Amino acid sequence: MTTDTDVQLQPRKKGLTRSQKRRLSRGAQYVVFVAAVIAFAVSADWGRLKNQFAQGSIARQMFPDIITMALKNTVLYTVSGFVVGLALGMVIALMRLSSVGPYRWLAGIYIEIFRGLPALLIFIFIGVAVPLAFPGTEIVGGTYGKVALALGLVAAAYMAETIRAGIQAVPKGQMEAARSLGFSPGRAMVSIIIPQAFRIILPPLTNELVLLFKDSSLVLFLGVTLEERELSKYGRDLASTTANSTPILVAGLCYLLITIPLGFVVRRMEAKAQEAVK
Amino acid sequence: MSRPEIEVRGLHKSFGDNEVLRGIDLEIGQGEVVCVIGPSGSGKSTLLRCVNLLEEPTKGQIFVGGTELTDPDVDIDAVRRRIGMVFQQFNLFPHLTVTENLTLPQRRVLRRDKAKAAQVAAENLERVGLSEKADAYPASLSGGQQQRVAIARSLSMGPEVMLFDEPTSALDPELVGDVLAVMRMLADEGMTMMVVTHEMTFAREVADRVVFMDAGAIVEDGTPAQVIGAPTHERTRHFLSRLLDPAMAQVEEETSDQVGKAD
Repeated sequence: MTTDTDVQLQPRKKGLTRSQKRRLSRGAQYVVFVAAVIAFAVSADWGRLKNQFAQGSIARQMFPDIITMALKNTVLYTVSGFVVGLALGMVIALMRLSSVGPYRWLAGIYIEIFRGLPALLIFIFIGVAVPLAFPGTEIVGGTYGKVALALGLVAAAYMAETIRAGIQAVPKGQMEAARSLGFSPGRAMVSIIIPQAFRIILPPLTNELVLLFKDSSLVLFLGVTLEERELSKYGRDLASTTANSTPILVAGLCYLLITIPLGFVVRRMEAKAQEAVK
Repeated sequence: MSRPEIEVRGLHKSFGDNEVLRGIDLEIGQGEVVCVIGPSGSGKSTLLRCVNLLEEPTKGQIFVGGTELTDPDVDIDAVRRRIGMVFQQFNLFPHLTVTENLTLPQRRVLRRDKAKAAQVAAENLERVGLSEKADAYPASLSGGQQQRVAIARSLSMGPEVMLFDEPTSALDPELVGDVLAVMRMLADEGMTMMVVTHEMTFAREVADRVVFMDAGAIVEDGTPAQVIGAPTHERTRHFLSRLLDPAMAQVEEETSDQVGKAD
């Protein structure tokens, strides 16, 4: 141990000092960056890119439908999926924490399955497989119901784990205090533990909402009517009729219109939660 | 003496292979204030937590106000309403204001209406001298204030018995006095109290009886003058000398079954 510190205390005899090395490394990174930007700017066919992605006339033709219909539907699908997922996720989280073995196992199996499968497969399952396997069954709410169900099933698996972690993050003393005051276990959970858990998991839940916004594009595979189209489907349809990529770009911007502010809100909440811990 | 308010008979408690309580018999009469003292790991907190069944006894019986808590068919939530509990870490509900901390349990558990609950809450906040903090959140209060709110919260349920689990151990030294003053007031009002504590001054002046525990058993049980003033057992003397004059303690070998274990 003593020899170690001795070696470190020795001044370096040759080679670059640490600050020289750092400057050199940073300089090299800037050079690479600038070179890449120049290479891209020179090689890109700007006229063609503008024509393909930023045609004002096509973009104008998308309004107001892309907002009043496509964005509205995207929000509707996402929020309904979120609500279903939250309710189902809460039930599964509580099952996962149950003292009854079979409930725990069932919840564990659900989570493993729906976290492991691609969301796309769930959409195809709900949209195609279920109607084929059970002819005559009607999912309430038509397309909207199907989307809420498919998105909800996927989201519930993730949210269940988040909610469970949130409940377990509430200090044990809170449950003990509630039980000492005469709360039953269920009432203590509802009145004392879950409200505190939700403060803890608000940031990850909002993150889940952002993910659902993007997953709502999978509605594409359900087969929807013209009025039920959301951003991705609407953008793609218009892109193929106009043989131009501008609608894709505009649809993409509409997603960012929602997800970037949401991301900002999440970071704010995380910073606040961090502060509260201190 | 009429029937004891708290009665513990042949209580054993094990955590796995670790036997924490090895046969406790204890009676606490109505209006009596009993302080339980002893080294950490002696099982005193576990004993207290058994009295409202936060810990399930491995063997033995516990009666509070004549009801057997260890009866498997007892409505434990109903019994707990009569037993107030004050924790070392206060355990206030951080998402509720001080007043809501006091009213929510009354409304949810006792089904009191809003006005009645608010009135009881205000009375009890006044008793602990914190009326002006009614709308504050727990995080904005000092430890001593939080503990007094916790006591007021328990009192709002109208308990017949109060249990205190090292109520001043988490407090800065200058805040201990306020909490002890509230506890002394309760004792003077005739509340039945069982207090696990290291506050020897409180034990000496307020307690009717002091119980010294070591290694999961009661070693001495008597008036403060007997147990603190003239202990008959070597272990009691040893513990008290270390507690009352820690600077004079000698370095010694650790013995695994009494020192260095958390309660």
